[in-house]
Amino acid sequence: MTAVRRGLSSGLVQAFLVLIGLIWLTPLGGLFLSSMRSAEDSAKGGWWTALLAPGQLSFDNYAALLENSGMTQAFWNTVLISVPTTVLVVVLAALAGYAFAWLHFPGRDVVFLVVVALLVVPVQIGLLPVAKLFGQLGLFGSIPGVVLFHVAYGLPFAVFLLRNYFAEIPQEMLEAARMDGGTEWRIFRQLVLPVARPALASLAVFQFLWVWNDMLVALLFADSSSQPLTVALQSQTRQFGSNIDVLAPGAFLSLIVPLVVFFAFQRHFVQGVMAGSVK
Amino acid sequence: MTVTLTDDTSRPAPPPASKPRRRGGPRGRAVAVLFALPALLLLGALVVYPVLFSIGRSLFDASGTRFVGADNYTEMFHDPATLKAVRNTVLWVVIAPALLTGLGLILAVLVEKVRWATAFKLLMFMPMAVSFLAAGIIFRLAYDEDPDRGVLNAAVVSVHDAFAGTSPYPTARAREGQGLTQQKDGSYRTGANLSPGDTATLPLVGVLPADLPSGAKPATARPAAPGELRGVAYLDFVPGGGGTQGAIDRGESGLPGMKVEAVRDGRAVASATTAPDGSFALTGLAPGSYALKLPAANFAQPYDGISWLGPTLVTPAIIGAYLWIWTGFAMVLIGAGLSTLPRDALEAARMDGADEWQIFRRITVPLLAPVLTVVFVTLVINVMKVFDLVYIIAPGPVQEDATVLATQMWLVSFGGGNDQGLGSALGVLLLLLVVPAMVFNVRRFRRSQR
Repeated sequence: MTAVRRGLSSGLVQAFLVLIGLIWLTPLGGLFLSSMRSAEDSAKGGWWTALLAPGQLSFDNYAALLENSGMTQAFWNTVLISVPTTVLVVVLAALAGYAFAWLHFPGRDVVFLVVVALLVVPVQIGLLPVAKLFGQLGLFGSIPGVVLFHVAYGLPFAVFLLRNYFAEIPQEMLEAARMDGGTEWRIFRQLVLPVARPALASLAVFQFLWVWNDMLVALLFADSSSQPLTVALQSQTRQFGSNIDVLAPGAFLSLIVPLVVFFAFQRHFVQGVMAGSVK
Repeated sequence: MTVTLTDDTSRPAPPPASKPRRRGGPRGRAVAVLFALPALLLLGALVVYPVLFSIGRSLFDASGTRFVGADNYTEMFHDPATLKAVRNTVLWVVIAPALLTGLGLILAVLVEKVRWATAFKLLMFMPMAVSFLAAGIIFRLAYDEDPDRGVLNAAVVSVHDAFAGTSPYPTARAREGQGLTQQKDGSYRTGANLSPGDTATLPLVGVLPADLPSGAKPATARPAAPGELRGVAYLDFVPGGGGTQGAIDRGESGLPGMKVEAVRDGRAVASATTAPDGSFALTGLAPGSYALKLPAANFAQPYDGISWLGPTLVTPAIIGAYLWIWTGFAMVLIGAGLSTLPRDALEAARMDGADEWQIFRRITVPLLAPVLTVVFVTLVINVMKVFDLVYIIAPGPVQEDATVLATQMWLVSFGGGNDQGLGSALGVLLLLLVVPAMVFNVRRFRRSQR
């Protein structure tokens, strides 16, 4: 009897979860189908009509998008912003994290507490002052400006994460290396970085996606020639509806890279996001 | 997991005083500074300095020349637009984190019971990889009011129509001057001069031949039997032209499925539905004079669903999109906590005959309380800073109804408001709101170092 009831309730649980899963999948599926339909078809009926009329689907919108130099430029800008940001954040945070974990300088622990406090500072508060600063430095409206801003606001979490990871390296390992006369630079390069590879990977994945998906920072700091995909698409949302054939494939293009990263680095991604959510 | 939000990670690394003294000298210190300097310079110039600058700037007026003290902060709670932003942010903070934590908890517990838990978690976590912009476009599309474009209204309308039915002739109206007059409620009536045994013609126009129901037949007026009131509702239009207004001509179609009522002294005493040829018969009428009425339901506009992105529902609608993104996060984090629960306690409770609900309420939830708190607090911090979703999903005219602190700060500072004093004050308010989280982080870190 209980077995029957167990089976029944587990059936219900499965049905419920399948339903939830379908609901969660629908928005992405809808976007994908929308991205493959012509503007005329989209005006006539919703994307679900394409399920019964697969003839509506084609890659024409994507072909048109690749012809659209504004969009391809924006795609490359996204790459040119996210890759250097990721590299810089990881490198600078690794250096600083090592200093905070294993080197000594006056005020080290107090400074690190300040870094911990900076973890949750919202980027909004930096927009206006940094815009003025970049204006004076000639960085406003350029890719290096966007990158620098992202690096600065990515650092507190990155330093925090790596310092804590480095601090777990057994002291004996480092002392032995130091006894052997290794310089701090060599110890850092040849001992610490290889050991910390999982943390570096999680950080890199998280940081990359964070910047790839950013709109707010680029909205302010990038001009029309340096704007990433998110900003280019955002300007298209003003006439929402008439341009689904541009918006939907554009949005899908902007999320295909994160999805690939997500499925390729599931574990690092989940760990990076979970750790990074303190931001 | 490298650094989690819970306390189990950062091991204290107390450097013993004896050994590394060699590195503590001036040269060692210089090396340390070289390692830390690039990061600290950037943090100082682009994070610490801006915080101080914003605090100072918030005490000055829009142009930045006049010191106004706390005026920008009092204005924040008097200016209707910023007040709206404050209210909406409160709404977000009250609703979204609680819903997400609850949903995450339920799903985390349920998913343990199926074999495809990993696949499900992966699917639910996937939206975390998607930008708010893309999610915004996705949901702007889903919330579209036109049921032919927005999937949500398509679902709502089909459910509504399945239960309430559709009105057959939303565009139809009576031929003017032929006896039918429109009433205030949208219905049409004849004069009260018809008696049982009469036959009435009810001419209507405004229906495209293509919109006629497929079963419609040419209109025919049959004579009434004694005691019944007969009539025909028809489309007073001959395809190709010709015909007489108000008379049934060859080729004119009946209007099937129309409701007709006989009205006496303002009360409907009988009703009928027209046949494929548009004819109807009202029977069982006492002698006397009646009016015929075509109720407004015949002409009702089709139901177009819910105005998701209208002023009232826009914030809940955007919160819905936020749930889509963050539920997986809450579920996976709570699930990680769930897997650390002592199996023995759960098994013992099961042995003692506790049912699943009791175990959930009495054991799982209390033991998970620390994890649930962390999830909740994390979500509160993130919710307070929500920007992109609101900016993208709320259509232009509704922006001001959906506005939150982050979008308002943007609008005031850069989006036409051009009041950098008030904008800075809003930025400082955002910072103040996360100060508790800041203190929490610092405390937790210091505790972990002991």
